[in-house]
Amino acid sequence: MGSHPYADVFVSEIWQGAVSAFWLVVTLDSDLLEITLRSLQVTLTAVLIASLIGMPLGAFLAVRRFRRRRATVAILNALMGLPPVVVGLVVYLLLSRAGPFGVFNLLFTPTAMVVAQVVIVTPLIASISHQAIRELWAQYHDLLISLNATLIQRTATLLFDARRALLTAALAGFGRAIGEVGAVMIVGGNIDHATRVLTTAIALETSKGNFALALGLGYVLIALAVAVSLAAHLLSRTERSGTW
Amino acid sequence: MVSLLPLKIENATVRAGGRTLLGPLNLTLDGGGTSALIGPNGAGKTTLLRLIHGLVRPRDGSLAWHVPVAHARARQSFVFQHPILLRRSVLANIGFPLRLAGVRRPDATGRAKKIAADVGLSDHLAAPAMALSAGEKQKLALARALITEPELLILDEPTANLDGRSKREIETILKKAIAGGMRVLIATHDMGQAERLADEVVFLFHGKVHERGEAAGFFASPQTPAAAAFLRGDILE
Repeated sequence: MGSHPYADVFVSEIWQGAVSAFWLVVTLDSDLLEITLRSLQVTLTAVLIASLIGMPLGAFLAVRRFRRRRATVAILNALMGLPPVVVGLVVYLLLSRAGPFGVFNLLFTPTAMVVAQVVIVTPLIASISHQAIRELWAQYHDLLISLNATLIQRTATLLFDARRALLTAALAGFGRAIGEVGAVMIVGGNIDHATRVLTTAIALETSKGNFALALGLGYVLIALAVAVSLAAHLLSRTERSGTW
Repeated sequence: MVSLLPLKIENATVRAGGRTLLGPLNLTLDGGGTSALIGPNGAGKTTLLRLIHGLVRPRDGSLAWHVPVAHARARQSFVFQHPILLRRSVLANIGFPLRLAGVRRPDATGRAKKIAADVGLSDHLAAPAMALSAGEKQKLALARALITEPELLILDEPTANLDGRSKREIETILKKAIAGGMRVLIATHDMGQAERLADEVVFLFHGKVHERGEAAGFFASPQTPAAAAFLRGDILE
């Protein structure tokens, strides 16, 4: 009994995609290199900024008691599900000529893509950080109060000691940002040699029916995400036995 | 420098979850010596220690230190029954209070190494604190408490669930601190430990100071039926 013809086509596309990816990487295709580096640059910048905002925010929400704190945490958690396309639209309106930040001429630049990704990723990083730091705060509370640690010292201690969990938060943010297409397409415009990144290139190649190349770029994107995650874990030695 | 003690607790009450955990309680803690806080489970020993250290607030009544209350806690150290250890090395844990107090890292490290040697943790300085045994963890907590040279050392069941050897090592460290003039307040279930360490005993029952007296006298002839029953090992309710 022969296999279904569509299955053959599917397997063929997957295989051709792998071959395309292989040749793109082996030949150090200049276009691939350019959009890969831009993807990394935009995403890493966005994750760095989002971490600088989200991690202290998560720690603050864990340590500080104030009115409507629970509501704030609930809103933060809800913002994790922000639709990227809507974020892209709002950032587009803010950065467009008629918008309040139009004077900076940022629309259709990598900076605009960074801004959109920061908006998308910050709630995710803040929320995961908050969860991790809240648990640590429950353990450390009595000790830090006993030692008269100030709010800043408490926050710094928790951020430092929760660094492994915070790395996970940052990697979750990286994963979301590197694979994001809707917002960066709107605010970046997918302009060749200017704002094209891996995800928008995949969308473009797919729309052109160039599935093998699109799949090839997809493989590169997956490899990139996995490589960054592994590198982060290796650098921070999270899996080394006997250490925290 | 003005002494931290005496501490005067007057009609202090601690309540939580709609029930009274402690008090109304009156107690004066003078300078010098070691006081053992004993009593059955639920008598309020831990709550009293936490009240004194400022980890819980009285619902009624007052605590008056000989110094402004804002400065009182910085001159005490607290050792918890279950050591709270930072996710750091042994050395970093011991030096942590000094770093919080603004002591420069080399100085804090030097003092931490010295006190680690005093408590027998020199071989574990670089090890993660969580990798230590239960006895070593409590010694680490004690070293961290002693590094600031507190005027009042508060210990909440510091040797509960430890083996005999660890208990003896911790008591040796405590005796050294006591000999150095440190005021110690220790809650313990271990009557032998109370006899070995304490100058006086405060017997708590139903959240109140039921009996208080010089240690040898208390253990030889307790004055109240409840204290006598407790020492006999009777179940108190």
